Amino acid sequence: MIELSDYLMLGAILFAISVAGIFLNRKNVIILLMCVELMLLAVNMNFVAFSHFLGNSVGQVFVFFILTVAAAEAAIGLAILVVLFRSKHSINVEDMDALKG
Amino acid sequence: MTFEKLLFYILAVLLIISATMVITRRNPVHAALSLILAFAASSGIWMLAEAEFLAIVLVLVYVGAVMVLFLFVLMMLDIDVATLRAGFIKMLPIGILMAVAMAAELIYVVGPKNFGMDVEKFSSSVRHAADYSNTEELGSVLYTVYMYPFEIAAVILLVAIIAAIGLTMRKRPDSKYVDPSKQVAVKRKDRVRMVSMDAEKG
Repeated sequence: MIELSDYLMLGAILFAISVAGIFLNRKNVIILLMCVELMLLAVNMNFVAFSHFLGNSVGQVFVFFILTVAAAEAAIGLAILVVLFRSKHSINVEDMDALKG
Repeated sequence: MTFEKLLFYILAVLLIISATMVITRRNPVHAALSLILAFAASSGIWMLAEAEFLAIVLVLVYVGAVMVLFLFVLMMLDIDVATLRAGFIKMLPIGILMAVAMAAELIYVVGPKNFGMDVEKFSSSVRHAADYSNTEELGSVLYTVYMYPFEIAAVILLVAIIAAIGLTMRKRPDSKYVDPSKQVAVKRKDRVRMVSMDAEKG
């Protein structure tokens, strides 16, 4: 029998991998976006697991909304990326210093 | 070990391997393809957790739409991978250290000793009958109690469409485009001018 902690540990490992991915690929914006998607997947895994083990479908409704917002985020993020590439001819994070931050 | 548990472990190992490949591949296209594998594996895991509707939605929306968008953008942009990979080796020890520390802490928190795993509520999940419809249950909540959030989600998607189009649309200065309505609306007097003049004397 699969237990709740199996799902939660899998989600935790997935989240840790995606945080490491943000550290390793901190220059490539497109991989950073993919790591954010992985993080959201890890969070959704926890929601689904709790929804299953508590017998309450509200967790799945929340996952539905997270999926919607993540899709919108990916669309706008990639649109910004395309505009950025058009003006700077690079997607390196270090080239994005127009605000002098 | 039951078949279900075996399936769960196979999918979990597949998910972790593909997630690791997402963050370590040199070629971003390979990373995107690994991410598709990760979504497919987690869709199977959600299926095991009896969230069938969301498992299908994950495949349809993520693999079918979002990842295709990612691949489209990746192949459209001409990315210089070498400069983007600089510093990967330098950050590798810190990244691994961070990941291991974070995973250890999280597993310590969510591990089997906590969350009252011995309590009956969590130790045995509800087994649904064969004719149980996850879609029906989700829909009956989503269209009644969560009607307004559902509509707001629709508006968020609309805003995303408008934002994506508005951001990427542009007028190219070197384009030779002619507005068709202006072409159609042209009258004869805009183009031809009749001049009456005397015939030339030879």
